[in-house]
Amino acid sequence: MRTIRFLLEKEFRQIFRNKTLVAMIMVVPVVQLLILPLAANYEVKNINISIVNHDNSDYARHLITRITASGYFRLTSLNTTFDEALAHIESDEADLILKIPRNFEKNLVRENKQKLFVAVNAINGVKANLGGAYLATIIRDFNQDLMLEWFQPSRTSQQPVIAVTPTNWYNPYLNYRLFMVPGILAILVTMIGGYLSALNIVKEKEVGTIEQINVTPIRKHHFIVGKLIPFWVLGMVVFTLGLLVGWLAYGITPEGNLGLLYGFLALYLLAVLGLGLLISTYTDTQQQAMFIAFFFMMIFILMSGLFTSIDSMPSWAKVISRLNPVSYFIDVMRMVVLKGSGLADIIPHMGAVFVFAIVFNTWAIVNYRKTS
Amino acid sequence: MEAVIKTDKLTKRFGDFIATNNITFEVYAGEIFGFLGANGAGKTTAMRMLTGLSTPSSGSATVAGFDVYRETERIKKNIGYMSQKFSLYEDLTVMENIRFFGGIYGLSDKAIKEKSDMLVEQLGLASEKKKLVGALPLGWKQKLSFSVAVLHDPKIVFLDEPTGGVDPLTRRQFWDLIYAATSRGVTVFVTTHYMDEAEYCNRISIMVDGSIKALDTPYNLKREFGVGSMDEVFYKLAREARRSAD
Repeated sequence: MRTIRFLLEKEFRQIFRNKTLVAMIMVVPVVQLLILPLAANYEVKNINISIVNHDNSDYARHLITRITASGYFRLTSLNTTFDEALAHIESDEADLILKIPRNFEKNLVRENKQKLFVAVNAINGVKANLGGAYLATIIRDFNQDLMLEWFQPSRTSQQPVIAVTPTNWYNPYLNYRLFMVPGILAILVTMIGGYLSALNIVKEKEVGTIEQINVTPIRKHHFIVGKLIPFWVLGMVVFTLGLLVGWLAYGITPEGNLGLLYGFLALYLLAVLGLGLLISTYTDTQQQAMFIAFFFMMIFILMSGLFTSIDSMPSWAKVISRLNPVSYFIDVMRMVVLKGSGLADIIPHMGAVFVFAIVFNTWAIVNYRKTS
Repeated sequence: MEAVIKTDKLTKRFGDFIATNNITFEVYAGEIFGFLGANGAGKTTAMRMLTGLSTPSSGSATVAGFDVYRETERIKKNIGYMSQKFSLYEDLTVMENIRFFGGIYGLSDKAIKEKSDMLVEQLGLASEKKKLVGALPLGWKQKLSFSVAVLHDPKIVFLDEPTGGVDPLTRRQFWDLIYAATSRGVTVFVTTHYMDEAEYCNRISIMVDGSIKALDTPYNLKREFGVGSMDEVFYKLAREARRSAD
């Protein structure tokens, strides 16, 4: 235990003496949490639309007003020919073309039937999908209003309609910040902890100080524990800072028990730091460690369920995400922060993360060799 | 005389390359043993095997009575090591480095305090003791790493080119430190490229291409080769080297 005390003293001195590092640890989470949630928004607004209007009628004008008034679309141009509108798509000024055909109003009134043509620029898949869907909804609403105008609503309606009224639980206004902030915080804690620990032992190898350590009778597990604890403490600090930012900037306070959240984090950090140290024991230079850590981080983050739902991934990807510690943390963050889940709900997550922690750290201790 | 290091056909291979080939020698308690050889002759590899940093490929050796295969951790309790590359923490101060390594070797707080006060006094570092080690000139760094290597009163201290790149005056002071250590009963195992330093050793071995080609007192070696200085002894032997220096 005395050895660990000396190791901790040394590590903390080195960390606090590294001003850049301390600044990064403190500033990065605050700045990223202020910027990313505002940008990482699934709602698509400002869809640029070009409308080709061949029918100079009241209905056509109503429809156009309806589209532009929805708040989702920005009218780029009103064209007279489709080719003109297409040019706007080609120059990336427009995302969508809506073509209103000649005699739109006349056919609608006389024949009770009309077709509209929508062309979507599908280079940006998300925008194209949502833009097309929004536009379809607006046109359907427009259509329903017309029907109300023409037919008096009778109790014996010819067309039975099932109206769906969804209620969003735990996040009633589908506020993306509420959804993203806990997830982004989870990623930040993971990245800071993972990188710091991955770069640490390998730095001692690069500088050569590890030789002086390896020639002492220090126990391997003491050495690893001495490396683990400082970053564990830093991880806790970063997380606390992040929670404060979430509260002050977005008014997000955990619905569930704060102690539970920290309890999970304590275990989770052991797993992430263990992985970092493991990378550190396998590499010889900080550059190698950085790239390997980056490789894992990339996969972990993209397959964590932060941006895309794990449930909609193919089954092989689901297996990978089960081997991804980050996915458990993001899950727990959302469960405890938004839903107020209790200990019983997150026991499986804790179990998984506990296993990761044991495996990574044991592996790191075994793979750290004082004698080559 | 009691041998504190004994090796028998100690060999280290890296693939096809034999860095250290069948070396057999003994180092006696209390002596200064000079371990000479050109760059790439295999000195550092041999030293790393003796300090438990590297496992030998074949042969046997004991250091302070412990086996280099099975008892490396017990060897480490009994030796001090100063590597060729400066390897104290440059972002810690003089005092913090001494305190850290004292702590790792299991010295009591009181002993650490006494030792560090004594050391900075001895090294003339009193006014620099709160400075970061990285800011010290090389000569002082080397003296500090030597002091840290003997902090825990080891039986044997291994010094890998301790005076490389150091000015003549500091080199002399460094050897004063080495003599002071031997007077306390520490056995010194040292590599060097300075032949004047070789003369300070009790006995010398000269390695060429991974093998020990000569081993005796400086006086006997000069007589055996019929030359007047260690320089010439070294030239005669090192000229036969086939391996290119790294």
